[in-house]
Amino acid sequence: MNLTDLTIAEALEKLKSGEITATELTRAYLDRIEKFGDQLNCYITLTPERALADAAESDKRYAAGNPLPLDGIPIGMKDLFATRGIRTTAASHILENFTPEYESTVSQKFIDAGTVLLGKTNLDEFAMGTFSKTSFFGAPISPYQIENKLTAGGSSGGTTSAVASGLAIGGTGTDTGGSIRFPAAITGLVGMKPTYGLCSRWGCVAFASSLDTPGPIARTVDDAALLLSAMAGYDEKDSTSANAGFYVKDRLTQIGLNKLKIGVIKEFDDVEISPDMKKLFDERIEDLKKSGAEIITVSIPNILDALAAYYIIAPAEASSNLARYDGMRYGLRVEGKDLIDTYKKTRAAGFGEEVQRRMVVGTAVLSSESYEVYFMQAARVRRLIADAFNRAFEQCDLIVCPSSAGTALPLDSDLSPLEYYALDLFTVAMNLAGIPACSVPCGLAENKLPLGMQVVGRAFDDMRVLQLAKHIEEFAGLNNKPSEIMGK
Amino acid sequence: MYTIKGKTGDWELVIGLETHIEVTSNSKLFSGASADYNPSVPANTQASFVDAAMPGMLPVLNEYCVEQAIRMGLGLNAEISKRSKFARKQYFYPDLPQGYQISQPAEEPPIVGRGWVEITDDDGNPKKILIERAHLEQDAGKLKHDAHPTKSMADYNRTGVALLEIVTFLDTKNPENNSYITSPDEAEKYLRQIREIARSLGVSNANMEEGSMRADVNVSVRRVGAAEFGTRTETKNMVSFKFIKTAIEYEARRQIEIIENGGTVSQDTMHYNQDSGTTTVMRSKEDALDYRYFPDPDLLPLIIEDDLIERIRATLPELPSVRRARYMSELGLSEYDAARLTESVQISNWFESAVGDKLVRAKPIANWMISELFAHPENFVLDESIQRDESIRIIAPSDLAELVDMISENEINGKMAKDIFVKMLDGETGSPKQIADKFGLKQMSDTGAIVSAVDDVIAKNASQVEQYKSGKVGLIGFFVGQVMKATGGAANPEVVNKILKEKLG
Repeated sequence: MNLTDLTIAEALEKLKSGEITATELTRAYLDRIEKFGDQLNCYITLTPERALADAAESDKRYAAGNPLPLDGIPIGMKDLFATRGIRTTAASHILENFTPEYESTVSQKFIDAGTVLLGKTNLDEFAMGTFSKTSFFGAPISPYQIENKLTAGGSSGGTTSAVASGLAIGGTGTDTGGSIRFPAAITGLVGMKPTYGLCSRWGCVAFASSLDTPGPIARTVDDAALLLSAMAGYDEKDSTSANAGFYVKDRLTQIGLNKLKIGVIKEFDDVEISPDMKKLFDERIEDLKKSGAEIITVSIPNILDALAAYYIIAPAEASSNLARYDGMRYGLRVEGKDLIDTYKKTRAAGFGEEVQRRMVVGTAVLSSESYEVYFMQAARVRRLIADAFNRAFEQCDLIVCPSSAGTALPLDSDLSPLEYYALDLFTVAMNLAGIPACSVPCGLAENKLPLGMQVVGRAFDDMRVLQLAKHIEEFAGLNNKPSEIMGK
Repeated sequence: MYTIKGKTGDWELVIGLETHIEVTSNSKLFSGASADYNPSVPANTQASFVDAAMPGMLPVLNEYCVEQAIRMGLGLNAEISKRSKFARKQYFYPDLPQGYQISQPAEEPPIVGRGWVEITDDDGNPKKILIERAHLEQDAGKLKHDAHPTKSMADYNRTGVALLEIVTFLDTKNPENNSYITSPDEAEKYLRQIREIARSLGVSNANMEEGSMRADVNVSVRRVGAAEFGTRTETKNMVSFKFIKTAIEYEARRQIEIIENGGTVSQDTMHYNQDSGTTTVMRSKEDALDYRYFPDPDLLPLIIEDDLIERIRATLPELPSVRRARYMSELGLSEYDAARLTESVQISNWFESAVGDKLVRAKPIANWMISELFAHPENFVLDESIQRDESIRIIAPSDLAELVDMISENEINGKMAKDIFVKMLDGETGSPKQIADKFGLKQMSDTGAIVSAVDDVIAKNASQVEQYKSGKVGLIGFFVGQVMKATGGAANPEVVNKILKEKLG
């Protein structure tokens, strides 16, 4: 038995039955991290001692017969979630040596669920990027066709790299414009962006507060549902937290496809996607139809403007959220000749190029002369998109669409900032609307690289989103066992 | 009307005030840290991770501060917004860890909308001063530049404490209402009114010396009778009534001089120099900061239900101004007495407790309090929570009520009452009645005894009697005095008077 090929659901069964121990499972992951970790660069900080201590506690609970819901499950935590006593960098030089004295709500919930922390996973600096290339610690890579050095996506690319390669059984991401779904899609994983407000943002380093959504990344939809069950829930420390929860006990229950109305977004028809993506998407639609689902066309008229609105709102909020990194209280400080000079030197040295670019954009769009034409206009587009989704969901139960235009690109692809931004085309609208969206593998492209498609639901319909995703997962039948992707 | 004489004529002033009062609450506006930042508290011991703007920290609105703002809003006769928003005002400074202040800027509805307070204008007439808005915002930390030879230190204890900013309204559409401040004295009266309301509602200590009340002063000038308003300047962060008045006058004269010399006033931000009493330009209009306001995405819009407003309204104490009016109309007190007895809620409570349900006591009790009791603050208790010297005889409202009743019931006369009062001050325990008994202070109302004393005095003072009868009626006082003397001060002066008049014809 290859322990690192187990899904969370399988591992929990074996842990409960006593077939394996949490310590054995954890050691298997630590060994594999030792073997492949450097090559993949998926972790910024490893926490092996903590992992073994967590595992030992889990084993005690199993022995005592009172295990926690995810007891002994070894996970990777995106290095955006503050972990008490463990360096939390947001992949930025400015927080390179920052160790918080507090635990984020999400990571605390995983502690409470009995998981084992393997380490803090790599990401784009402050989650700004799509290839995890803006990380101060260098980019993680995809385990697929490793010699080609493909991107594991971004910004949660460290987690997708780790989970796809078997260096974590599952993990966390955050999705501001697609940062869970895009990397999950191109690494053959399930990435769930829950409804905004379902998972607390408290203790999660902020990028764009009105869009940032913590969520799970896993190899199966069931696993994603199990992780989400641990993460979700109201948090009085986050004013935007919703009084809502999500709970799946062992596995998702089946949703009947018969008569289920599934919407396909008309406006996305005009978007150029790879033939592979189109073929796989159409195949899965056919599968759904054959199973009795009713496919209808819905219109989200402004959805192609979502990207423009997103790239105004997100940088605007980011420019404000990142103002606190001024070198005064914590983090990097580069002394200058006076206060202003110290600010300038600290921030120039501490932030990478992409973060600086977005802060410049954000500062500009919030200036008094631009506010109305840029920020307010973007806010109006955002409202139109949210309203259009609401109207679409009066006609259908769920919506499906591609997760990306094509498969993973090489890390050294020479894309302009705008070309990178365009990769978010299929994902940003759901963040603007705050609605749940799950990327689920829909098959392998001709180049043997995985592709994903999204299931989108109305706010707080996260359960049905995952239930439909599970059907698509079964139709696609993608084998994403780590040992077969990059060996034992 | 207040005017300033210039070289070319008389000028009138238009004054707007932005008053910041620190909201009394246990914890800060958006964090659970204690709001007590007084100088004795060691630096940075009351700063939470939220206050220090650590990564991933989020603000959570303190409901009590919202209730305080509503309370003040009701005290300002203002509309309470059912829906208001918080926005970020952004600038870099080391006393502002987040890099932005969470506030409710002019672009969004504030928690408290239009309202008014009443003051007396310079001619003694009542005048309404309109309020445009009052909104909640975070206070900044404090920088200490003298704690280290080369470095400045930041103390975040005050960071995030709730402020309520109250902004006056210049109704440019209806200027004839004259409902804005037009003189330095009016500015002071307005601020005192705000302070009185804030204190009586328990919303703020509103103490300028402590820094729990500060004001930004907007001043413009125009020729007397001019229809158009002039360009205003704003003088920031004023911390005393005196400075505010000097600054207004100085700034007005500076503007008049500019205009009279053919110049134009620029909409600048001014700094007030306390030592010289002058204003200088701190920031010109061209250098105005762009605060890049935008709605704070970490906070939802603030929705206030009618229920909450009504619940707060029901618990609102009577405002001093309302109380003053009632003391004058219902209790017949003079304006001066009413004002003295409404200086604080505690004084009013003491007074009303002494009066009880016998409204006739009101005037004598007011007199006793103002002319006697106030001179001995150590002898009465306004605040039960303050520790006091147990050895001091405390005069309770019931003591004064009893004393006043004894006079009105002719048990003692005024002089005896004064004696009893002094004995109480000197530490005599027991009620006024007991003290009167102990020292035999009892007014003689027995007519027989008084008649014989009167007869005796008339017999002994034949010449004065003759003078009185020939028309020198002023001598009645002499006779009363003699009778009082003869009775050892115990006779009831009224009875003496009456009998004397009968006997003398």
